Amino acid sequence: MNRTSIRRMIVPTVAALSLGLGLGACGAGNEDPAPASSDSASTGGSLSGTLAGGGSSAQDKAQAAWRAGFQGANPDVTINYDPVGSGDGRQNFISGAYEFGGTDSALNDDEGELSAAKERCGGEDAIEIPAYVSPIAVAFNLPGIDSLNLSASTVAKIFDGKITTWNDPAIAAENDSVDLPSTRITPVHRSDDSGTTGNFTDYLSKAGDGAWGYDPDGVWPIKGGEGGDGTSGLIGAVSDGEGAIGYADDSAVKDTPLGVVSLKVGDSYNPPTPEGAAKVVAVSPPVEGRSDVDMAVDVDRTTTEAGAYPLLVSSYLLACQHYDDANTAALVKGFLSFIVSSEGQQAAAAEAGSAPLESGVAEKAAGIVGSIAAK
Amino acid sequence: MSATATTDKPPRQLGDRVFSGVALASGVIIMLALAGVFFFLALEGAPALSLPENIYRPATDFWSYVGPLVFGTTLAAVIALVLAVPFAIAIALFISHYAPKRLAVPIAYVMDLLAAVPSVVYGLWGGGVLNVAIQPLLVWLHDHLGFLPFFAGPPSATGKTILTAGVVLAIMVLPIISAISREVFAQTPRLNEEAALALGATRWEMIRMTVFPYGRSGVVSATMLGLGRALGETMAVAMVLSATPIVTLNLISSTNPATIASNIAQNYKEATADKQALLIATGLVLFAFTFLVNFAARWIAGRSERRLNR
Repeated sequence: MNRTSIRRMIVPTVAALSLGLGLGACGAGNEDPAPASSDSASTGGSLSGTLAGGGSSAQDKAQAAWRAGFQGANPDVTINYDPVGSGDGRQNFISGAYEFGGTDSALNDDEGELSAAKERCGGEDAIEIPAYVSPIAVAFNLPGIDSLNLSASTVAKIFDGKITTWNDPAIAAENDSVDLPSTRITPVHRSDDSGTTGNFTDYLSKAGDGAWGYDPDGVWPIKGGEGGDGTSGLIGAVSDGEGAIGYADDSAVKDTPLGVVSLKVGDSYNPPTPEGAAKVVAVSPPVEGRSDVDMAVDVDRTTTEAGAYPLLVSSYLLACQHYDDANTAALVKGFLSFIVSSEGQQAAAAEAGSAPLESGVAEKAAGIVGSIAAK
Repeated sequence: MSATATTDKPPRQLGDRVFSGVALASGVIIMLALAGVFFFLALEGAPALSLPENIYRPATDFWSYVGPLVFGTTLAAVIALVLAVPFAIAIALFISHYAPKRLAVPIAYVMDLLAAVPSVVYGLWGGGVLNVAIQPLLVWLHDHLGFLPFFAGPPSATGKTILTAGVVLAIMVLPIISAISREVFAQTPRLNEEAALALGATRWEMIRMTVFPYGRSGVVSATMLGLGRALGETMAVAMVLSATPIVTLNLISSTNPATIASNIAQNYKEATADKQALLIATGLVLFAFTFLVNFAARWIAGRSERRLNR
């Protein structure tokens, strides 16, 4: 299955490659570099060697697309991305096991990770660039209803158990034309520690007008209620229970028959779109006190931009400015440059349904990774 | 390895020495492996007793974090055993004493096959099929037996409850318990059985008088092996259960206590260093808990054995 999906993705994105090389890239994803067909290398292909990285499992699909595209252009390169989760990704980057890491939440100094990353990079600030931006959809299971309009405070009350039936006046007030059933609402949350939960609770607490009385957290803050393990577990639980509602990466919801909530932004209700998510990242202010190479942003959950969709996950890549080994530096620079290039972002959008970075953001990121060099 | 064999005893064949050496080494290695696991858990988990309070969230300290997990682990295992043990003993008796041979052999074979199904497959089935099928039963239990705390409800809309997890666990431990019980029952001395029948006992009375007393300690051991699997089962529970760190006897609502093993599996992926230490420490608690349960069970089994020998 993996094989075919990678192949399907390669055809439109790396048009210069022959099908034969596309197959070769799949093989390379497993173990060893594929033999190159001589006329294909479009971006040089002078690089060689193996690069180890890993972290955020949300990036896994996008990483597969990037890996295939990059290895296609550089047949002697092997990129390994281990989707062990953001926490392990940060730890392994800091310990030096990974040359680059992927994480759904930016480095912070609550557990000293930012300083540790600086130490790992020989005393220089670690590079942190957004690579994967994806909207989170609020999905529900009500037969016959495909879409509902809800404000953040109504969503917060539903997940907090304050609104318990679907025909509650608060929901009806925002959905004039919809015939709402009296079904009991079953809010479903992630039972594992997850970046999706972290972003969802962050959204509720910032945009919910005080209706959400908990701190943003990757661990679901309420004791009780229905839980699902992982994205697929959550989607499964929502699909199994009539009247259930949950939140998950938009790409995971798209292929299901579940209804999707349009969230209130300003005066309009916007459905989740990659463009809307990218727009929010572009207008979000950077986290204060970060270095020039750290692009961590404080996602602006209360933006009123037209078409914006502020419920999103913004996943980062971690790297160092300088590496001991010249070849490693060239590989990291090459791979990360490919990721933030429009080619790489389109590849991820096609494969993982993510939002391509806005051009301003992508340009800044390209500038930062372009300065990666050997010591 | 043969060097470990002593040489001052009467001369032995080479094969003897090699075999006793291999056997000794195997015994020592298994002890070392167990000790290694214990020291790993203790060393890596030790910091978990005094972490910043927010690591334990939504609980506040180590014991309030691990308490509900121990409760959930026990509850799921108890449900599984309550459902599985009578069923397993009945199947074992049917195979050993009631069924004609051409029926007994295939049934025994199928039961053994159940044990070979990987737990993740049980998880897929339990979390995708059984939960939907069992949901109307949960509503029925709530409507008719809602006065019992176990069925207080409100019944889960998805069927992902600890009762469902208990049913899946019961199916998983069933082959273990029934296979061992079957072997024990089959070894009841023929003379005892015939003596009972000769005294005018019916077949059921014969089983009660000869097979059960003879097989009791074997059945207890089988149950303990099943309990061990139920306590430690990870994937099936993680995939079936809608878990929350809470203590409740309500078996049919959306809010269910998590088990230690499934909690580790669900949270290890995104864990920071401190959280990893915490999860490893809960693993140590499970290790100690399983050890205690097994120890108690051995003692009970041994006691009934001793009483029988008197």
